[in-house]
Amino acid sequence: MVTADTSPAAPAPKAPQTNKLGLTLADYKGSPSTLCDGCGHDAITSQLIKAFWELNVEPHQVAKLSGIGCSSKTPAYFLSRSHGFNSVHGRMPSVATGAYLANHKMIYVGVSGDGDTASIGLGQFCHMIRRNIPIVYVCEDNGVYGLTKGQFSATADQGSKLKDGTANHLNAIDLCGLAIELGCSFVGRSFAGDPKQLVALLKAAISHRGTAILDVISPCVTFNNHEGSSKSYKKVKETDTPLHELGYVPFYEQITVDYQEGEVRTVELHDGSHLQLKKLGQDYDPTDRNAAERAISQAHKEGHLLTGLLYINEESQNFGQVLDMVDTPLSRLKSDELRPPKAALDEIMAALM
Amino acid sequence: MNTLAANSKETIESKGQKINEFSIHVATVNGSGSQSSNTVLMRSIFQMGIPVSGKNLFPSNIMGLPTWFTIRVNKNGYVARTEHVDILVAMNPQTAVEDVKSLPKGAVCISPVELNLDKVRQDVIHYLVPFSQLAVEATENIKLRKLLTNIIYVGVVAHILEIDQAEIDKAIAQQFEGKEKAITLNVNAAMQGRKWAQENIKKIDPFKVERLDKTKGKIIIDGNGAAALGCMFAGVSVVTWYPITPSSSLCEQLIDYLEQYRKDKKTEKATYAVVQAEDELAAVGMALGAGWAGARSMTSTSGPGISLMAEFAGFGYFTEIPTVIFDVQRVGPSTGLPTRTSQADLMATYLLSHGDTKHPVLLPGSVGECFDFALEAFNLAERLQQPVFVLTDLDLGMNNWMSDPFTYPTTPMDRGKVLSKEELEKLGGFSRYKDVDGDGIPYRTIPGTEHPKAAYFTRGSGHNEDALYSERSSDYVNLMDRLNKKTETARKIMPKPVIDKVSGAKVGIIAFGSSDFAVLESRDQLKDAKTPTSYLRLRSLPISQEIVDFVNSHDRVFVVEQNRDAQLQKLIIMDYPELAPKLVPVTHYTGMPIDAQFITDSILKKEQEKK
Repeated sequence: MVTADTSPAAPAPKAPQTNKLGLTLADYKGSPSTLCDGCGHDAITSQLIKAFWELNVEPHQVAKLSGIGCSSKTPAYFLSRSHGFNSVHGRMPSVATGAYLANHKMIYVGVSGDGDTASIGLGQFCHMIRRNIPIVYVCEDNGVYGLTKGQFSATADQGSKLKDGTANHLNAIDLCGLAIELGCSFVGRSFAGDPKQLVALLKAAISHRGTAILDVISPCVTFNNHEGSSKSYKKVKETDTPLHELGYVPFYEQITVDYQEGEVRTVELHDGSHLQLKKLGQDYDPTDRNAAERAISQAHKEGHLLTGLLYINEESQNFGQVLDMVDTPLSRLKSDELRPPKAALDEIMAALM
Repeated sequence: MNTLAANSKETIESKGQKINEFSIHVATVNGSGSQSSNTVLMRSIFQMGIPVSGKNLFPSNIMGLPTWFTIRVNKNGYVARTEHVDILVAMNPQTAVEDVKSLPKGAVCISPVELNLDKVRQDVIHYLVPFSQLAVEATENIKLRKLLTNIIYVGVVAHILEIDQAEIDKAIAQQFEGKEKAITLNVNAAMQGRKWAQENIKKIDPFKVERLDKTKGKIIIDGNGAAALGCMFAGVSVVTWYPITPSSSLCEQLIDYLEQYRKDKKTEKATYAVVQAEDELAAVGMALGAGWAGARSMTSTSGPGISLMAEFAGFGYFTEIPTVIFDVQRVGPSTGLPTRTSQADLMATYLLSHGDTKHPVLLPGSVGECFDFALEAFNLAERLQQPVFVLTDLDLGMNNWMSDPFTYPTTPMDRGKVLSKEELEKLGGFSRYKDVDGDGIPYRTIPGTEHPKAAYFTRGSGHNEDALYSERSSDYVNLMDRLNKKTETARKIMPKPVIDKVSGAKVGIIAFGSSDFAVLESRDQLKDAKTPTSYLRLRSLPISQEIVDFVNSHDRVFVVEQNRDAQLQKLIIMDYPELAPKLVPVTHYTGMPIDAQFITDSILKKEQEKK
């Protein structure tokens, strides 16, 4: 018989770490992923979970949206306490635009893929950027259609080969270059295999109040991870050329890391947070649109994959500001705010008599 | 003497005067600015208390192609199109000869003297007017001369028909509201036309207006304007659209109204958002996104846009998201006749998208109903949690109609089954797609609701009652059967048909939408031809049960519609196959609005064949 007083003290179970809202990392997770083992998309999902948890974002304040494809399945795998919307192929930007107009106070995360964005959805992608809809738009870019078993997408690099040896003869659409050309206010590129850089970019994108495009190279382990593919883990690791080392400092924290003069650039984001860009090799100014376009095209020539914050413009007006809507989300307006009084109808009728 | 008398004087005199019962046909070149003059002409007659309707028959073009405006003056209140032309104003040299040739004997032709139309027909009454000369006298500004010619013919017509000058002046003031210079210029030019006519025309035709009191308290408005008002008073807050004829003026008028009546009083900020989308796919995607996020949302389009919206329409049905889609029908397929009217999108909208899909469709039959049904559409969309279509057409949407003033809504908005955070707390959560109340309609939450159990996942792929991904056959069957139950609920709560059952009538007529005007007139013609009829005007899909009793109580029922394939007749048979033997289609698909004589002739011919 064992008595209470003689039993050795059991180690108290370690309480899981919580954020400022008292929520654990698990509270930001979703259903288990059904993607292939080792899929780059799952690595991105993990960083999304981490970013929102670390930023202490209330899950109900987030809406996650997607189109169709492997990447578009992922909103089910994070933030189960947030409303989710898996829309039709290539048309997530329009749904996000409508949702934003109904409630401009929420944070919108859109997850798409290269087929969903660069082929069927290219039009809506462009117009979303043109309107500067506040959304964190992540394109999980692997150069192939995974869900339909490995056809080339429009971001496949020229010369890249499918598993059966078929080569792609067409130019790749560079989503970042296109976004900058369209006047996008936040453009970054990252790699699913670089969680540190990715989470900093995600956090900065969440702090931004306009369209934030993140093109994240996310190798397809099943259809595009072989020799000859330009988007295999191995190849991307070789060509990945970070522009800078990124450090995100939330608005409620002081910038504490001291750098030498000229060693770092600091960008202030819309919510008062900062992104520190520590120089690696050449100096890079992400607020210079022409320089960004030149750097991207130069990198294509040299076969490098530029990653980091490619371009940012914190001065631009977002769509809500253009439309000059009331502060209360339209979805929360009461009947008497939505329906003009009877006198208004009487006045209109009198004018039509 | 510029007037040339026709040689058919005797016939006219034997008929006597024709007061408040005639139609005017104005032929002009589009882009010449005749629209405002024609509106002035129509309004001035309306202001004299005489029932009137106006139709603009225009080409898909901005400038230079022929356009016709018809004004029907009818003391009995018939406002449908009529094939009959009594007075032609032949201002378009390109079509003048054809226009005169098509006139019935004894009609009036007012034309520019230099066209020499009196040489073309001797059996019509010609009033030849030196319009160019009058325009030169009216203004030194060469650019304005063409525009003023239009109002000069209004003055000439006003004299011939004895329209009060004060009413012309009033109509001009309303047309050019606030533009004093334009008002003066037009009033003077109209007067100039009248004066010339007084001095030079010897009236030998029988047509004239006489003051009545049949339009007192009535308004004139087009269906698109009426629908726009309905949307605003329904409290629409997100409007997403893509320009397309004949629907554009719905959103354009809505924008004007919103700017005036929907700004926050203190901040002057908008309580709405309007987006001109990049295409119709985006327009409906935005409308669904906004509906999902809790706003009252809508889009408006026509046939080609409906085709593009097909995928999202099915998505909205399957995921149960409210929004309102207006289809102002034009002639298809493809680009078809983009400025002509049709009712051929009935099946396309009702069944829009792949898979088993069915949408509630509202079928307004007047401008009054354009207003009422626009209001109701938002309630139904949120009550039923699905896209609701409102089907009008070019004739109803873009032409001006008389109406009683619209009634301010007396019932509160129905925002449907939405759970608040307090209700979620009490319930301890919810199943998004569960039929709790037995009406097929589940409960939903709005994104942003502050409760950990508020969230659910919306997906166009298979899902179970808890909104989780599912490919299980039983989950799919449950979902599809519940959606069908919702259709049955819709059948019960949507606007009922309007039925006029005439005792002893063996013949029934079923019609919907803008065909109503012609059907009402045709029924009087049929009565005169000893064929009394009962009438059921359908006002929504799915088709209400009332139709069964109506059809069963008649020997034959003519289904009158403006499409080739008798789409309504087919839809009735789809839901009520037992009615098939009694249903006889009457289809009109010329692109012109259906007219009473066509219906009467078709029905009498088919009745004759029976005997």
